[in-house]
Amino acid sequence: MFFTLLRIELFKIFKRPRTFIAFAAVAVIVILVQFALKINGKDFIQLYTDSQSDTFEIPYEKIQNGYFVCVAVLHLILIHVPLLVALIAGDMISGEANLGTLRLLAGKPVTRQQIILAKFFASTVYVVMLLVWMALFALLGSILLFGSEDLVIFKETDLHIIKSHDVLWRFFAAFVFAALALTTIAALALMFSTFSDNSLGPIVATVCVVIVFTIIQQLKVPVFEETVNPWSFTTHMLGWKGFFYVEKTADGETINGSIENPVALIKSSLVLMGYIFLFLLISIRYFNKKDILS
Amino acid sequence: MKKILILLAALPIIGTAKGQEVRDLLQKVKVKYDMVNDYTATGKMKTNVIFIKAPVATVKVYYKRPDKLKIKNESGVSFIPKGSVNVNMNNVLGLSNYEAIPGGTEKISGTDCRVIKIFPLSDEESIARATLYIDEKQLLVMKSVISTKENGTYELLMAYKKFATYGLPDKVELTFNTKDYKLPKGITVDYDNGTSKDNADKLKNKKGKVEITYSDYQINKGVPDSVFK
Repeated sequence: MFFTLLRIELFKIFKRPRTFIAFAAVAVIVILVQFALKINGKDFIQLYTDSQSDTFEIPYEKIQNGYFVCVAVLHLILIHVPLLVALIAGDMISGEANLGTLRLLAGKPVTRQQIILAKFFASTVYVVMLLVWMALFALLGSILLFGSEDLVIFKETDLHIIKSHDVLWRFFAAFVFAALALTTIAALALMFSTFSDNSLGPIVATVCVVIVFTIIQQLKVPVFEETVNPWSFTTHMLGWKGFFYVEKTADGETINGSIENPVALIKSSLVLMGYIFLFLLISIRYFNKKDILS
Repeated sequence: MKKILILLAALPIIGTAKGQEVRDLLQKVKVKYDMVNDYTATGKMKTNVIFIKAPVATVKVYYKRPDKLKIKNESGVSFIPKGSVNVNMNNVLGLSNYEAIPGGTEKISGTDCRVIKIFPLSDEESIARATLYIDEKQLLVMKSVISTKENGTYELLMAYKKFATYGLPDKVELTFNTKDYKLPKGITVDYDNGTSKDNADKLKNKKGKVEITYSDYQINKGVPDSVFK
């Protein structure tokens, strides 16, 4: 019965034209970034290498490869994707309440917990499909347009060069992590959705929460860095980048297949899973007690 | 009193004689290095700079007399120090207008070396001063410290084996000054995995090192000028 419910929820999601706005938006953003980097890639890389251009010969053309472009695209796009996820997940319960179909749904021989879980898993499928779409455009498209080479990752404190044969699995892991991060947003939006009878409120509330915590994170002031940031899901959502931070030997040599501080990534995954569990728990408890009047 | 005056009068003559002696030694070393008109070498390059994590690179080094030198990573990305042109000893040995001062002897990698300080006299030279540590027996530069006018000081340590007869090293260690690695704030939005704070203080004013271990030289077989563009 649960799978039938899930299938129905997926049908509802992919029947609505608004679902495909996200797919179109992702495609447009990726193509625009790729176009910009194709034309002004060197200028973009100079932003990162300016302080070292007197000391080193900078291999601009080699740095500007498909892997680098894909990381740049993900860096730009994944900050904004929560909005696209909130558009769908924030509408899951409240949209039905607004349309007057929630009572019909609750009248079916399924538990309310099953309804929430089916809607959550349908949102997760949507998130995964959005990421697969992104991977197709951002990774495959960039490799086709720019070719493949060693990947250079610029961090605030250092830069990491990863051999091209050591890169693909990192993208796979990064997309899996991004799926976990966006599922957290889906769970949050779903939770807000159970509280409301119109879709706009949950969508705006989700986006606001993400914006507030992102700003707190970006402020980088000790009062927040020591208290809020270690537990804020927006901090841990950036974990996908951690798969591109490599470890080095005492001589400065990159260690193939390594990740800089994998424990931090495990912690981030657990924090995100904890949030998903918490948001789902609140959603189920609230929805179980909810008076469905429409 | 007379003796002291004679000694004082003789000092410049002794100094000139010693200056001529080191010039002769430098000339002999130059003759040896001039046996090589061009070369193409393959090697492994290890980069050890505090803010760079880089894999060992397979590089090709192209040289053409008098001063063309290019290091290329043909199968990957490498940040090659601009001072690597100083791997070419002709930058110093090829100077025509300079002052050379003997600086005694020093042991470099177990070999007794003559220390010679060189001061270019022409304002157009990019080198401000250079110190060469020369193995007199084999006429090889074992170490050099080159101060440039614009890009700081470079220290080169050479180890010779198979190609010593041509004055070409099997291994070169280039130590150079690095500038602070800085990015505009907020441009990267890094994931905080707890390592950034540990690294931040270590990154300031450190020396960088590049080590090239050569595996093969193709000497005097011709190198096209297009390689150096």
